[in-house]
Amino acid sequence: MANFYTDNPDLKHHLNHPLMQKIVELRERNYTDAEKFDYAPANFADAMDNYDKVLEVVGDICGGKIAENAEAVDHQGASCSDGRAHYADGTVENLDLCRKAGLMGMAMPRRFGGLNFPITPYIMAAEIVSRADTGFENLWGLQDCAETLYEFGSEEQRAKYIPRVCEGETMSMDLTEPDAGSDLQSVMLKATQKEDGTWVLNGVKRFITNGDSDIHLVLARSEEGTKDGRGLSMFIYDKRNGGVTVRRIENKMGIKGSPTCELVYKNAPAELCGSRRMGLIKYVMALMNGARLGIAAQSVGVSEIAYREALGYAKERKQFGKAIIEFPAVAEMLSVMKAKLDASRSLLYECSRFVDMYKIYEDIARERSLTPDERAEMKHYSKLADALTPLAKGLGSEYCNQNAYDCIQIHGGSGFMKDYACERIYRDARITSIYEGTTQLQVVAAIRHVTTGTYATLIDTYAAVEYPEALADKAALLKSLTEKYKAAVAKVNEANNPAYLDFMARRLVEMAGFIIMAYLVLQDAKANESFARTATVYTKLVEAEVARHCEFIDNFKIEQLQDYTY
Amino acid sequence: MSLNIIVLAKQVPDTRNVGKDAMKEDGTINRAVLPAIFNPEDLNALEQALRLKDAHPGSKVTLLTMGLPRAAEIIREAIYRGADGGILLTDRALGGADTLATSYSLAQAVKKFGNCDIIIGGRQAIDGDTAQVGPQISEKLGIPQVTYAEEILGIEDGKITVKRRLEHGVETVKAPLPCVITVNGSAAECRPRNAKRLMKYKYAAAPSELAKLDEVAQARVAANPELNIQEWSAAFVEADPQQIGLAGSPTKVKSIENVVFTAKDSRRLDNDDAQIEDLIKELITNHTIG
Repeated sequence: MANFYTDNPDLKHHLNHPLMQKIVELRERNYTDAEKFDYAPANFADAMDNYDKVLEVVGDICGGKIAENAEAVDHQGASCSDGRAHYADGTVENLDLCRKAGLMGMAMPRRFGGLNFPITPYIMAAEIVSRADTGFENLWGLQDCAETLYEFGSEEQRAKYIPRVCEGETMSMDLTEPDAGSDLQSVMLKATQKEDGTWVLNGVKRFITNGDSDIHLVLARSEEGTKDGRGLSMFIYDKRNGGVTVRRIENKMGIKGSPTCELVYKNAPAELCGSRRMGLIKYVMALMNGARLGIAAQSVGVSEIAYREALGYAKERKQFGKAIIEFPAVAEMLSVMKAKLDASRSLLYECSRFVDMYKIYEDIARERSLTPDERAEMKHYSKLADALTPLAKGLGSEYCNQNAYDCIQIHGGSGFMKDYACERIYRDARITSIYEGTTQLQVVAAIRHVTTGTYATLIDTYAAVEYPEALADKAALLKSLTEKYKAAVAKVNEANNPAYLDFMARRLVEMAGFIIMAYLVLQDAKANESFARTATVYTKLVEAEVARHCEFIDNFKIEQLQDYTY
Repeated sequence: MSLNIIVLAKQVPDTRNVGKDAMKEDGTINRAVLPAIFNPEDLNALEQALRLKDAHPGSKVTLLTMGLPRAAEIIREAIYRGADGGILLTDRALGGADTLATSYSLAQAVKKFGNCDIIIGGRQAIDGDTAQVGPQISEKLGIPQVTYAEEILGIEDGKITVKRRLEHGVETVKAPLPCVITVNGSAAECRPRNAKRLMKYKYAAAPSELAKLDEVAQARVAANPELNIQEWSAAFVEADPQQIGLAGSPTKVKSIENVVFTAKDSRRLDNDDAQIEDLIKELITNHTIG
């Protein structure tokens, strides 16, 4: 049995990033928990050793049982009867294993029974789980919701619900409705306050991942007569109280082990979480940002397994008297797959570190007021996290789809059959660029960082890093690509035409993302020779992509927009 | 009722994924290339013990292993999975033991341990495949043994009910406590290592390991008695020097040969149910299959 953590040294490379020292020190408040909890680390090395050891357990379970169960889970799928959703047998077993291993509530504070891990090692675990069973990552990864409950719930609600999540109860975020998908402002589920001050929920939610969970965060309209996002509040629904049934589950293309539910709320008792009217504007936005990072991790997990399956097959499969990996066309595909995988992983962890930095400061601010320096640093990282999250999710999910596609291509005719894992990977990959905001919506979230220069500034800090002689030509190339990107941004900005900006947004966002990933890969190669190949392959890829986008933008006339309009 | 349970376990070379360099030229195992692991069926035994602990709150599960000092690794692993502690029986004088000397040494340790209700271990270790140590311990202690156990069904009135997996079926037996149980690989898999326990007990160490730890870790062990793994010597368990180690082992390995299976006999059958059935019966009778 493989261990999905130890068989992949790239993970340790990212875990050991220099910024982790500061993240861990802040997260552990200078290791003061060690006096109160016997499993808290005493110093930085101790903490890092904890992450390493726990990830080794994650890798063991994932490389063993969870990966082994993935095929059967995909075949059996989740089911629905008597108003309840039921997991496949393998899923039940997987959840039981994760509970026993204590891998729920990983990022929650110890006083609620969590492991107090920073986001980064938690996200690494998510990536590993996704490699084993992409659909299962959803169920396991919904422990994210506890983060939102922690951030916005009352101390009483935290103490009531978070320990249950750490013990292994599952969560769901009930946002989407039949007429409110991407446009969550139109949510209609009705929250009514009774005379005694308590709330009940009535209505229907659709496409709810793990909708029959134990603890739900629900977006509902608490302000009668309102029509937009400002009338929405967030509620906690506890399954123990009853009132919500599963009407049906979706028959999906992939992630079949993860039940996607249609829920009917009939006078379901619920608790208001946070302040009224802040449901969408503040809480769901925070929830979605966490979830998007989760999907970015899920995507990297898919890219990893797709690459490995393709590589394994290409080494084994013989045609014309030799293994097909020896044919340049196949080898190139594999090299590009690996480069995309490495690039999206680097971006994922860069982003997760930024999230760690600002979230930890936010948390410290709940205990004491921050110094002006700390406040400035929090703002800095918050902005960067906000900028990188849509890139990590949007581009990472597109890459994992491309890798899943190429994985099948390398398998040839066999890949089209149900006999190999690649067809499941291909189906599972497809949702990543759709849920938690389509790639198109990630572009909408990212474009302001193009126009306001967040990306350009970040890229400049990467460019200012010293690169060794061996990487000098690549660093120079990236500098020139950055100039092209900036020129394209200037051109689009100058036109001052919203429709034109919208039209070019994806191209601009992609260029920013590609250049950022290329710099990150260069830094990986600087720290670790094993990334040298990727540094070459990925910068070559980015060179061509930037040229393609720039050429399009350069040669485009605004009046041609009408031919793209319906 | 709360139970006092000893789990017998062995650290073994991982012989499941053997490459061509797994044996040295003299026919002994090349331990350098095979990772040392927790003997798989001992993990099944540990799970049965932990289930008893779940069902009988207040019970204690103690891992007992005989081996090199590094066998403390499997004690820690057992603790991560839920065991309460462990005893490392280690001594140069114990080296080179065959099953007779091993079972004698372990039986002495069990006696030293004192009051215990159940002694449970895997059916056999993957390095020797003898399945003799468990039964020999029960003989030496003069208590009943239940072998090939697949599931412990319960304990009532001082009797344990055990489902045994036999070659041709299942047998359910009852035995009075204390007794020795050996567990089959077909039993439930062991629960995983638990993250919190792992972080809490990763510094657990036997005295011979302590010196190698850094100051922070040493301070931790000193501050928390739970982190001490007991280390027992042959003298401590009052073992007769003539009955342990090489001296106590009548089994002498004269030579080891590589065996390559080759076909001796081939037969052609027609596509005929009767002929196929006859062959299957024959193969079952001579124990080739079944």
